[in-house]
Amino acid sequence: MQSFDVAIIGGGTNGLACATRLAQAGRKVVVIEAAPEVGGGAGTVEFAPGFRVSGLAHLLHMLDPRVARGMALERHGLKLAASDLVTAVPGPAPLTMRGVFGKVQGLDPADMEAWQEMQARLTRFAGKLAPFRAMTPPRIARKAGNDMLALARAGLSIRAMGKDEFREFMRLFLINIADVLEDDLTDDRLMGLVAFDTTLGAWAGPRSPNSLLGLLNRISGGARLALPAGGMGSVASAMAEAAHAAGVVILTGQRAAAITVGGDRAVGVRLDSSEEIAAGRVISAICPRTTFARLVGPAHLDTGFLRQARGIRARGGAAKLHLALSGAPEFTGADLRARIVIAPSVDAVETAFNPVKYGEVPKSPVMEIVLPSAHEPGMAPEGQHSLSAIVQFAPYNPADPDAARAEMLANTLAVLEKHAPGIGKLILHAELLMPYDIEARYGMSGGSWHHGDLAAEQMLFLRPFAGVAQYRTPLAGLWLAGAGSHPGGGISGAPGWNAAGALLAEGGQ
Amino acid sequence: MVLDALIIGAGHNGLVTASYLARAGMKVAVLEKNDWIGGAAVSRELYPGFTYSNCSYVSSLFRPEIMRDLELSRYGLQILPYEGGAVFTRDGGYLGMFRDHDANRREFARFSARDAEAYDRYSRDVMQHCRFIRPLLMRTPPDPARFRPRDLAELAWIGRKVMDLPEAQIAGMIRFWTMSISDFLDEYFENPVIKGYLAVSAIIGTALGPMSPGSAYVLLHHYMGDVDGNVGAWGFARGGMGAITRALTRSLEAAGGEVRTGKAVKRVLVRQGRAIGVETEDGEQIHAARVISNMDAKRTFLRHVDEAELPAQFVRQVRRFKTRGSSGKLNIALDAAPKFTALPEGAPNLRGDLHFTDSVERMERAYDDWKSGHFSRDPFQDVMIPTMIDPTMTPPGKHFMSCFVQYAPPKIAGKDWTDADRDAFGATCIDQIETYAPGFKSLILHAEIRTPRELEAEVGLTEGNIFQGELTFDQLLFNRPVPGYAQYRAPIRDLWISGSSTHPGGGVMGAPGRNAAAEILRDARIGHQMSDAYAVI
Amino acid sequence: MRDKRLHYKTPLLQTPFHPRTSAANLHGHWAAWAGYQGATDFGDTEMEYTAVRNAVSVYDLCPMVKYEISGTQAQDYLDRLLVRSVARLPVGAVHYTVWCDDNGKVMDDGTLFRLGETEFLLCCQERHLPWLLDSAIGYDVAVREVTEDIAALSLQGPCSAQTLKAAGWDVSTLKPFRIAEVSFQDKPLRISRTGFTGDLGYEIWADPRQALALWDHLMQAGAPWGIRPIGSDALDMVRIEAGFLIAGADFVPAEQALRPDRVRSPFELGLDWLIDWEKGHFNGRRALLAERESGASEWALVGLDIAGNVSAEGAILYHGKEREAGVVTAALWSPTLKRNIALAQLRRSYLGPKSEDLWVEIYAMRELNYVKLMVPARVTQRPFFSPARRRATPPEDF
Repeated sequence: MQSFDVAIIGGGTNGLACATRLAQAGRKVVVIEAAPEVGGGAGTVEFAPGFRVSGLAHLLHMLDPRVARGMALERHGLKLAASDLVTAVPGPAPLTMRGVFGKVQGLDPADMEAWQEMQARLTRFAGKLAPFRAMTPPRIARKAGNDMLALARAGLSIRAMGKDEFREFMRLFLINIADVLEDDLTDDRLMGLVAFDTTLGAWAGPRSPNSLLGLLNRISGGARLALPAGGMGSVASAMAEAAHAAGVVILTGQRAAAITVGGDRAVGVRLDSSEEIAAGRVISAICPRTTFARLVGPAHLDTGFLRQARGIRARGGAAKLHLALSGAPEFTGADLRARIVIAPSVDAVETAFNPVKYGEVPKSPVMEIVLPSAHEPGMAPEGQHSLSAIVQFAPYNPADPDAARAEMLANTLAVLEKHAPGIGKLILHAELLMPYDIEARYGMSGGSWHHGDLAAEQMLFLRPFAGVAQYRTPLAGLWLAGAGSHPGGGISGAPGWNAAGALLAEGGQ
Repeated sequence: MVLDALIIGAGHNGLVTASYLARAGMKVAVLEKNDWIGGAAVSRELYPGFTYSNCSYVSSLFRPEIMRDLELSRYGLQILPYEGGAVFTRDGGYLGMFRDHDANRREFARFSARDAEAYDRYSRDVMQHCRFIRPLLMRTPPDPARFRPRDLAELAWIGRKVMDLPEAQIAGMIRFWTMSISDFLDEYFENPVIKGYLAVSAIIGTALGPMSPGSAYVLLHHYMGDVDGNVGAWGFARGGMGAITRALTRSLEAAGGEVRTGKAVKRVLVRQGRAIGVETEDGEQIHAARVISNMDAKRTFLRHVDEAELPAQFVRQVRRFKTRGSSGKLNIALDAAPKFTALPEGAPNLRGDLHFTDSVERMERAYDDWKSGHFSRDPFQDVMIPTMIDPTMTPPGKHFMSCFVQYAPPKIAGKDWTDADRDAFGATCIDQIETYAPGFKSLILHAEIRTPRELEAEVGLTEGNIFQGELTFDQLLFNRPVPGYAQYRAPIRDLWISGSSTHPGGGVMGAPGRNAAAEILRDARIGHQMSDAYAVI
Repeated sequence: MRDKRLHYKTPLLQTPFHPRTSAANLHGHWAAWAGYQGATDFGDTEMEYTAVRNAVSVYDLCPMVKYEISGTQAQDYLDRLLVRSVARLPVGAVHYTVWCDDNGKVMDDGTLFRLGETEFLLCCQERHLPWLLDSAIGYDVAVREVTEDIAALSLQGPCSAQTLKAAGWDVSTLKPFRIAEVSFQDKPLRISRTGFTGDLGYEIWADPRQALALWDHLMQAGAPWGIRPIGSDALDMVRIEAGFLIAGADFVPAEQALRPDRVRSPFELGLDWLIDWEKGHFNGRRALLAERESGASEWALVGLDIAGNVSAEGAILYHGKEREAGVVTAALWSPTLKRNIALAQLRRSYLGPKSEDLWVEIYAMRELNYVKLMVPARVTQRPFFSPARRRATPPEDF
């Protein structure tokens, strides 16, 4: 039996970040990945001969600088095909936004003034939340061993914005984005875009209370939208390189069947092949629900605890569209090298969300489109294009999954046709992954990219639920390090990095 | 003689403030634009011999401390607990609620044996949240942005109260305040009818659906009251909801105050940055040492105060205060009790609240209609027949039926409601009842149909919002109505607000009016005995 | 078939023995018990008590909540649910046990009957279906409430074995906490040597359709010893003497407690002896282990011997007559022991030397005036009463 200090289940970005940090600290680490390649949600797929796209997430904008630096990702081969994308809202009067929440062009002066104020404020607020991303969430209890200094610093910096801004922060914290936008702006293009960005990857519409938090989280992750050269898989391979360099052993094509327990602590991992790996610590970077309910199981956990684990809300609301195109599509008023967002208004986003509450498919979905082939060769045959889109919202539990997929594809293509007339004729091959397809392919419960809704009641010390938000679990020796933990998903590596830090701080072997 | 306090609006909160001030020795007058008192807590005879509670229709939140302080029982107020109701299901059945614990368990068990028992844990958990929040209702919210000793002390008091709880309960509380009632119920129950029934309190009066985050708090808002210590229980005011404001008026008058009806206020008079009185629509100027508005924040500051007297940032925030109406109301005089085919003869459930929305999904779809600017095609109705219990409101054998309806938007597709819209809305609701009680229509003697338009026109609630402002976190506690002004003081000296636009918000609770009175007396340095909130010990 | 919607007309169910118990209930003294109508007494609590301690008594147990637990992993499931080792419970045996929530606080106590390798019956005071079902996820086990499917009688008293013998069932070789399978009118009948009286006694588990015949048969068989039905008041007297706890009376079941400081761990109820630390994980184990290691238990459940003869029901316990030290949860002037006894929750810090200075404040209403007593109390052994006949096998003939 092979023996390690630490066995990490799941070779996604968080598993690799966690592994590398631990290995750099001298731990003997193994990463166990079920797929033939590492990366998890960060991968590049060839969905049609010669056509390649990022399989799930397709833009890099939340990568934690600690991770990028600590893993020396550039040195390990990470290159960007584009480092600062512009978002284009197509239409006869186009509008553009630079980066995640940057400069907007195409607004009339009144809206521009209101927008600049809003943008500055929300960016400032997001900046105040950013330090929390790098923190182990505090426990809300007396004598809980919190880092009171760091907490006080973060809290004081919010108060230090001044009385009025602090009040505004308290007012806006749990508000919905639609109200914020409609209070001050009139431009549907901009409001639609921000509403879309706010709810991207969430199971919420712009009118859902607390939705502004989603936007603040997004802004706090980074300012630029980048496109990794060769697709998201190159992030994973750079991470794998870094991990190798640090001495991490990576086992691919090996599915963890169970976390083995001895003497009331996690002592290793049993693989599907029934091979066992012994480890002083086991870290799960896969989704927490699966970790507890399946890999550990009820024999070693309490009923109330498992109630909470099963109660993690993981409702994927995003579908992934891949198109192989025989030529360049023409989006009205939008450059192919832009990130194109089709979300004509707040109500368009809200209306696209409504049906998924009932397991139904929206008539006019909203979407974010990237054409990697417009940025670099090799992503599609010469003169042809591959299109990657995140389409919202898609039901995760329709009555008839196949019919829902077909309907979703038809509705999505109809929306595309409206904004890029003639695109339908260019389609050589189309692939649409519904949330349940994503669950099947990537093992994410409910098809949730974040391994659990990134919603107020599942954030910070409530992520994935109270009691395990500090990365350690009630089963001694078992830790969490995936997107299901604070600060959540989005190809950041932050949960993994944080978890490694927490484990090292504990003096773990 | 100059008045010590002039209150605009004889709604329940205005009258509560007035009565407390009068009892503390102030010379007080209340101005009411309508020819009758009561605001949204009224009993009106709109059909000969029939008394309607034509706005608010049930009582639970009205604070017993206030009833006691103001001797409302002496002035005729009686609260009658009512029995459990029922939700009728589309397949011709029903789920009833019973006051008897065992009967209620067996009733739930007809739908799910598991849920029947889960209900106890659910009730316990909700009660834990009630227990925490109740003492906060009768306290002025601290301003977290200021460093005055009283704000710091109050923040510290709340902080200690939180930290005294076990860690898991704190987490549960924060989750409860931020999550949707649908998600919350999913953690306990499996049966859609049971969940549909229990979700009701989370959407009453609210521009949220049961799947909207934050709706669980709204449920708590409706559960934190009590009838005689029975937390979460609801009752009728004997003689209709007007009995509350009638008793308040008598209490006020007994303390030397007066109410002047038919006196609509045009504007608040401000001189040198101080409120000095009001000018009425009929041109009278009435002076007072202080002016207290029981109108909602938008109406008060955007219509009746000169904008130049207010800080620009304040006006901006008041404009942002969300008051979208979401409710309508039907008040119906019935020739006889309706017969709901699903209910066994003699079942007690007619003596409670009746619903026809048997799943959270139907409720949420009703909300989707509201979001798209239409009244719900398949609305949620909270139907009550108070005359099943209260013998004073109609001739014997006849009944008054109150139908509270979600959702009705403030505007239809962006345009003002027309009479035709209103009638279509009424017909939709009546048709729904007829489905479950065939022959219902033939019993109708008279029906009053109220949309947000009518609520605004008659009661003065901006956009017809029954809570004088939505109950979402951005508008609760120290954010209500706007940050920095949650302590009942307006930015103008001697101008105060005491309505449901202030903490702790809407419902016929009286707490905002009481808290405002406490602040006014504090500023005036007048000592007066006021009961603190009864804790759930 | 009865219209199920009309259940509200009879909110309290009647047990299968009701025709007999109601005929015997001369004063019509009933109380609600777990959704059933249960007799508080049949006219003379003192004589009912005497029947338990002197001869033989019958108590209608039907309202007790019963769950049938079966499946290939039933033992594993129960071992994870309950604190005591189920693996060590042989087929045909019964044991007393408790179960805890995640925080190691007691949710309920009860008796577990092992009817077969993979078949169990769990009897308790409170309802726990959601907890039992949620705990079952991941196990090959079925949990079914069978309260209404079993008619149960408790036959207790020194002459209970003779009564059974006269009824045709010689269970003289049946040891305490063992189950015998017999037959009654050609149908199987289960007899366990268990009870809630601390005396010699048996519990009889029957098909509800045989309930009345069984009742009549036992009453006839026990007639020579003066068999009589008893109500919950007499039972409460004997269970206090025996030192047994009742959920909801001596402790608040963890899932019901509204106030977070009201829950109690097995250590705090004197039930830690039930815990099998070696059997592997069970619900609440980690919290209990932490409590054991840190000594964080705040309470102790104790037996008290109180001066005087006035029952201390509901009284507050003081240390040095001043500092509140706990509360009496059950109390009784014991007719058999001629002692004034009580069960109490005592703050653990008052165990040990400080227990020498414990006082009980009793308010005795006498002719519309309270006589206020402050009397000394002494922590004493539980059970207060435990006669040899309780355990003797075979039982003696008296």
